[in-house]
Amino acid sequence: MLIYWAELRGGAKKAYSIVLGYLPLGFAYGALASLAGFELPLIVVMSLLVFAGSAQFIAVNMLAAGSAGAAVIATVFIVNLRHLLMSASLAPHLQTYPRRVLPLLAFWLTDENYALACGEFKKYERSYLFIIGLFGTAYAGWVLGGALGGLFGHFFDGRDAALTMGYALYAMFIFLLVIQATEKRLLLAACISGLLAVIFYLCVPGSWYIILATACTATLGVLTEKWQKLS
Amino acid sequence: MAETFLIILGMALVTFLPRFLPMYVLTQLKIPDVVVAWLRYVPVSVLAALVVPGVLMAEGQFYISLGNSYLLASLPALLVASLTKNMLLTITVGMGVVLVLRWYLPA
Repeated sequence: MLIYWAELRGGAKKAYSIVLGYLPLGFAYGALASLAGFELPLIVVMSLLVFAGSAQFIAVNMLAAGSAGAAVIATVFIVNLRHLLMSASLAPHLQTYPRRVLPLLAFWLTDENYALACGEFKKYERSYLFIIGLFGTAYAGWVLGGALGGLFGHFFDGRDAALTMGYALYAMFIFLLVIQATEKRLLLAACISGLLAVIFYLCVPGSWYIILATACTATLGVLTEKWQKLS
Repeated sequence: MAETFLIILGMALVTFLPRFLPMYVLTQLKIPDVVVAWLRYVPVSVLAALVVPGVLMAEGQFYISLGNSYLLASLPALLVASLTKNMLLTITVGMGVVLVLRWYLPA
């Protein structure tokens, strides 16, 4: 029992850097949702059930703009497709874990949790309890931040506050882009996808430009790899 | 509110599945190489497709102006992210620039 507790605590302690980021980001989400007219229970429920920073920002923006539910869910799906690879790449480290904990770990698999877990697995063999402590603490920080933002966000009422809070999302995206574009061809893919997204944004109604630009870029990337191998 | 709750449930499902299925399936099945190669481009492509129109466009057209604080804040955010690799600092600087610009620049 004592060992279980120590493992959980060890993981929880490692989560401090994520919680430090999630509290203000969660607050920004809660404040943005509150300014967009969402009620506190819905703001908290979304954090509790979805636990996906960028997807929640986008959903709030789209719902506030009157987008259809299907378009919101489709966009969230596209935005979160990036977790496919993260989930796949974690699999080798989770093989000794009880299978029943996999759904829980998967539910908590955010970009930040993934990045930190990778760092841990590189150096140590971590137990599932350690990872539960780590991911769970980050989750608590995210939900708490969102609730605080939903409660006190309206004190920052006004267009400037909403605009400033809303930028947290883009700053996070820019950061994650910089972190992940580690190779030349990935950097090139980012440039092409950005350009295609603008073109699709202008030509295709709705929020489909994200999936279209991503699918075209990935296909182009794979075709280029094949072509380079052939020549 | 009930409709929004249903949308949230849908969001929860489509968020969970991509996080769960690969780690669950991969212990039994090997993903084809071409799919893995394709998936490698997804993270950066999605992020770029979100950021570029998000800071460059507004209401269906280009928004290139001194009034576009998101566009102006993205340059220092990019710089801070590249130099420090620190998420919290990137977000703080980005939001700080937007806030200051909203005070000093016309809408």
